[in-house]
Amino acid sequence: MSEKLLMKGNEAFAEGTVRAGCRFFAGYPITPQNEVPEYMSWRLPEVGGSFIQAESEVAAINMLYGAAATGIRTMTSSSSPGISLKQEGISYCAGADLPIFYANVARGGPGLGNIAGAQGDYFQSVRGGGHGDYRVFVMAPDSVSEMGNFPLHCYEVAEKYRVPAMILADGILGQMMEPLEFKFETVDPKSLKTPPWALGDCTGRKKRIVRSYDLSEGALEIMTLNRAKRYKEIEEKEVLFEARSCEDAELILVAYGTSARASTAALKMARAQGLKVGLLRPITLWPFPKKKIQELAAKTSSFLVVEMSLGQLVDDVRLAVDGRVPVHLHARPSGAVPTGEEIFAQIQEELKAQKGEYVCY
Amino acid sequence: MYQGIRISGFGGQGIISSGVLLAYAGMLDGKEVSFFPSYGAEMRGGTANCSVVISSEEVTTPVVSQPDTVIIMNEPSLAKFEPLVKSGGLMIINESLVKSRPKRQDIKVVLVPCNQIAADLKAPKIANMAALGAFCKHTGALSVEAVAKALPKVFKRAKPEILALNVEALKKGAALN
Repeated sequence: MSEKLLMKGNEAFAEGTVRAGCRFFAGYPITPQNEVPEYMSWRLPEVGGSFIQAESEVAAINMLYGAAATGIRTMTSSSSPGISLKQEGISYCAGADLPIFYANVARGGPGLGNIAGAQGDYFQSVRGGGHGDYRVFVMAPDSVSEMGNFPLHCYEVAEKYRVPAMILADGILGQMMEPLEFKFETVDPKSLKTPPWALGDCTGRKKRIVRSYDLSEGALEIMTLNRAKRYKEIEEKEVLFEARSCEDAELILVAYGTSARASTAALKMARAQGLKVGLLRPITLWPFPKKKIQELAAKTSSFLVVEMSLGQLVDDVRLAVDGRVPVHLHARPSGAVPTGEEIFAQIQEELKAQKGEYVCY
Repeated sequence: MYQGIRISGFGGQGIISSGVLLAYAGMLDGKEVSFFPSYGAEMRGGTANCSVVISSEEVTTPVVSQPDTVIIMNEPSLAKFEPLVKSGGLMIINESLVKSRPKRQDIKVVLVPCNQIAADLKAPKIANMAALGAFCKHTGALSVEAVAKALPKVFKRAKPEILALNVEALKKGAALN
């Protein structure tokens, strides 16, 4: 569909959103996602879109609220501390049923942390993030190709269910370069239907209201329960994952994003030695591939969760496994990146323990 | 075929562009590639480094922790990367600037007078190309022609005569033993 390009993850992501029809960006600089606003600052004017470097993250997310209320495709991006600042606005968008889209090119935390890639924002991403009862559709790319090709899917899901959607990447995915092809037809925003709730020219029509509140007795509960029906439908229909060599696996690795890349290296080392190891990579973090993990838990002997955080993804895996088999953890927080070798070493330990060669833990 | 590379030197020596160039050349050559820059909060005059993978198979992790080849463009990089090279791996040293030599006996060392080659061509900025020429010759992972083909793709605004000088430096680096 298009030529092979060598791009940085951040640039691929920015180009991917423009090709997916994004025409409004507001953001504020922060490493390691600065290539996103830099790219959007020249690219959006080329296609008649608007780029705004806002005075703060809070301003940027509220600009998105306004722009998204007109029914157009919008985007903001930031990195961990900046995404924390945006949470109030994201909660307002969720409450107002606005299909905003944003990316967190995460760095090491907590606090100011460091500028290396990390996965410590998993809970923040999959448990809502801001105040109130809400969910965000979360996709976790593990390559530059997915950084460029996932935005379109995020827009489609966000608009179909009227929920915020996000990409949870990290500094490594943002900074690395890999070949990619855009695997979709470039979207002309003029070809998209204006949604029936969108604000704009109100001549000759009934008034429309976009807001995140209803103060009348019992009304907010009804609003939230109606939204919950859409969440349920998302959980049933929109789960995405990649399962590698899981059929005969005695131990299954679970990892997403950059840690899935390191886990793939370990998987190859294990298979080369005849060890029966598989890898499940959640592509959507919410909705989580719970059913798939339950299905695998009935066949495999144990799981090893690999994450660049203290132990967040492991909670969702344990909820899905529900005690059927042991779930172990390989955790490298705050900007450390696991190597294939170190994961492979733990795989060997776990498999020995399974066979009762020695007892640990 | 798998080649994991780390390139390291001062900011301004073309460390990052060398990495992008190798990755681009690998892609044009039909290989799987990745490039990852170290983007730490380095001070001016500090070291910059990057990871490049060129492989016939899918690239798993883009961060090369045990390189097959390291290209050492300045003195501080030697101490930093000597312990990481795989046993039997290759170290290309810019002997114009690096006076120390590695202590390890289990790696192959190639000395390239990068700055001298660039100075002879009256183009001091292209010292990195001499190192890349040596890389092509001693690893066989890429041909000099493949790197030369990638040059105008990576340096889109460079004048043809500057590109030609880059190719000259590549060839000189590849001609050394």
